Amino acid sequence: MGLLDYFATTRPPQKVGNASIAKERLQILVARDRIARDKPSYLPQLEQEILAVIRKYVEVDMNTVSVKYELAESHEVLELNIILPDSAGPP
Amino acid sequence: MARIIVITSGKGGVGKTTTAAALSMGLAQRGKRTVVIDFDVGLRNLDLIMGCERRVVYDFINVINNESTLNQALIRDKRCDSLYILPASQTRDKDALHKDGVERVLTELADNYDFIVCDSPAGIEHGAYMAMYFADDAIVVTNPEVSSVRDSDRMLGILSSRSKRAETGQEPVREYLLLTRYDPLRVANGAMLSVDDVQDILSLRLLGVIPESKAVLSASNAGIPVILDRESDAGQAYGDMVARYLGDDVPHRFLHPEKKGLFSRIFKG
Ligand SMILES: Nc1ncnc2c1ncn2[C@@H]1O[C@H](COP(=O)(O)OP(=O)(O)O)[C@@H](O)[C@H]1O
Ligand SMILES: [Mg+2]
Repeated sequence: MGLLDYFATTRPPQKVGNASIAKERLQILVARDRIARDKPSYLPQLEQEILAVIRKYVEVDMNTVSVKYELAESHEVLELNIILPDSAGPP
Repeated sequence: MARIIVITSGKGGVGKTTTAAALSMGLAQRGKRTVVIDFDVGLRNLDLIMGCERRVVYDFINVINNESTLNQALIRDKRCDSLYILPASQTRDKDALHKDGVERVLTELADNYDFIVCDSPAGIEHGAYMAMYFADDAIVVTNPEVSSVRDSDRMLGILSSRSKRAETGQEPVREYLLLTRYDPLRVANGAMLSVDDVQDILSLRLLGVIPESKAVLSASNAGIPVILDRESDAGQAYGDMVARYLGDDVPHRFLHPEKKGLFSRIFKG
């Protein structure tokens, strides 16, 4: 290795690797894992039963219902979002 | 009353057993009465890493099943008086490990030791659950790699919801990160997740960073915990880890590639 090569190799190291991709993928994976982990196990059942009750009164499409669960510092939030059809009435 | 430390990870092959051997030897060398238990039923690796495989007569499962006493099964380390090893069984199936039995053995040990180090098997199933259940402290061994970091995060979830401390509403298990097989050169090149990258995700107390090192294989070949190889980078990094665990404020080493001088560059190149 000659002197010129020495100066060539003391330039700031070039980021050649793809660790940043690994980090991005991890952040997404872990965020998803954590959401799934923190949900109470009764949630799917609760969701089904609430829907059954609502369907007694109005015809709702499953796709117009969204259920969100969030764990905050001191409390839990269960958010149920239902879009009622225009002509809501008994089925 | 002993403090119970679990060495855990989720993913296999990340360096748990290497760490359990190093930590228990390091604690014992500092005069702490220490026992290290192999929870990896069916595989039984710890006695090989400790170099005491030919002295195994009875094992952890024998004690649980009352086929031997604890004293008959415990192996005293030849290099250090205050260190004992409780080996795993090679033959039994994993269900032989059950909560009541494990609790009875840990309770019996707790009176006579300062530290009980539990070497967990891989996975997040029965064996790993048994190893972490009674823990006071958890050392989460992680490699700078996607699947290992993810599994560590899952294990953290289990520790915070299913450990005895969580179930009984006690102070939570104290969780530490130990990053192992770290290659500073690849990190500098952006080819490997850095300590900071991993901490951005896990944010734990950083107990240490153990470099990828040839000394680890050579120590395992010889049945000598790598912490006893004081010349080696990994041995020194494990020594620092033990000091930090016991409360010393030791700066982290081996995080950056060794700087080569001008001459070594010109003449070695
Ligand atoms: N810092 C390290 N440098 C190089 N090799 C390592 C290092 N730590 C562990 N290893 C190697 O990785 C393999 C798995 O280690 P081990 O401690 O048995 O992991 P685990 O108990 O998590 O399965 C072994 O071959 C070991 O020699
Ligand atoms: Mg192991």
